[in-house]
Amino acid sequence: MKRLFIVFLLILSGIAYAGVEFREFANPEQQAAYENLTSELRCLVCQNQTIADSNAELAADLRRQVYEMLQQGKSKQDIAQFMTDRYGDFVLYNPPFKLKTGLLWIGPAAFLLIGLISVFLFTRRKKTAASVQISAEQQQKIRSLLEEGDHS
Amino acid sequence: MLKYILPLLLFIVLAVFLALGLNLHPNEIPSPLINKPAPAFSAPKLQAPEEKLSQTDLKGKVWLFNVWASWCASCRSEHPILNQLAQTKAAIIVGLNYKDEPEAAKGWLAQLGNPYDVSIMDQDGRIGIDWGVYGVPETFVIDKQGVVRYKHTGPVTPDDVQQTFLPLIANLQAEN
Repeated sequence: MKRLFIVFLLILSGIAYAGVEFREFANPEQQAAYENLTSELRCLVCQNQTIADSNAELAADLRRQVYEMLQQGKSKQDIAQFMTDRYGDFVLYNPPFKLKTGLLWIGPAAFLLIGLISVFLFTRRKKTAASVQISAEQQQKIRSLLEEGDHS
Repeated sequence: MLKYILPLLLFIVLAVFLALGLNLHPNEIPSPLINKPAPAFSAPKLQAPEEKLSQTDLKGKVWLFNVWASWCASCRSEHPILNQLAQTKAAIIVGLNYKDEPEAAKGWLAQLGNPYDVSIMDQDGRIGIDWGVYGVPETFVIDKQGVVRYKHTGPVTPDDVQQTFLPLIANLQAEN
């Protein structure tokens, strides 16, 4: 039974290593730059994944491209520029602030502001509606009705 | 009165946005290459690997650059339309055989017909990256000055040919 379990674990370990690309880096900074870049570039085939996460062939090609450019001593900016020249700002998960991407950046804050303002206006209106003035005569009537209720 | 109009207005705004959203194609990424010089390449020809073709060889001509592969299913549906387009001789059609086996690619052309004046090989996908290719098929239109003027993502349909490609090519052929 124990032997069977070990065999089972060994089989699993094979799966864990499959699909891992082996890359050698000159220094830890370069490795950090590689990991950083691949997790900031969008895989254009499966658009909600970064090229680090994706198994698509294009993602593998783009990882290779990033790796090679780092080996050539290109900076992160150079590589990001290389990608945007070919695929547009869309390839960046962190797009630059431009007229075209303005709505993307300001949008959430604007909607939050609209939400806060409407909540503020709404609650204020409710409060004024609640404080309706009632005359002494009406108050008297309310009290007598309540007391009547108590007796029953 | 406002109590009734406000929800109606909100509904209309929401409906308009949703309707617009239905007609968007988030898979089609606008190419930053439009109105830029065609990316440089020099690659072996599929049918004659000892010869190379570069984008400068096509200067002074209007040409289509169609990215295809024998493993690509939608290329197969596009293929007859390219064959028809080739018969009109409206423009030179250059194929980029993207990440494909040369033998499989040649077999594909022999079986389905060859609409390309020439196909070049991009086995490791580097030319594809330079052209911002992210899905096959893709089709670019390049003018006589070697400037990319249009990009079509996905298979070309007969309507695309009639309404977009042929008029655009005619315009570009009239340019100097």
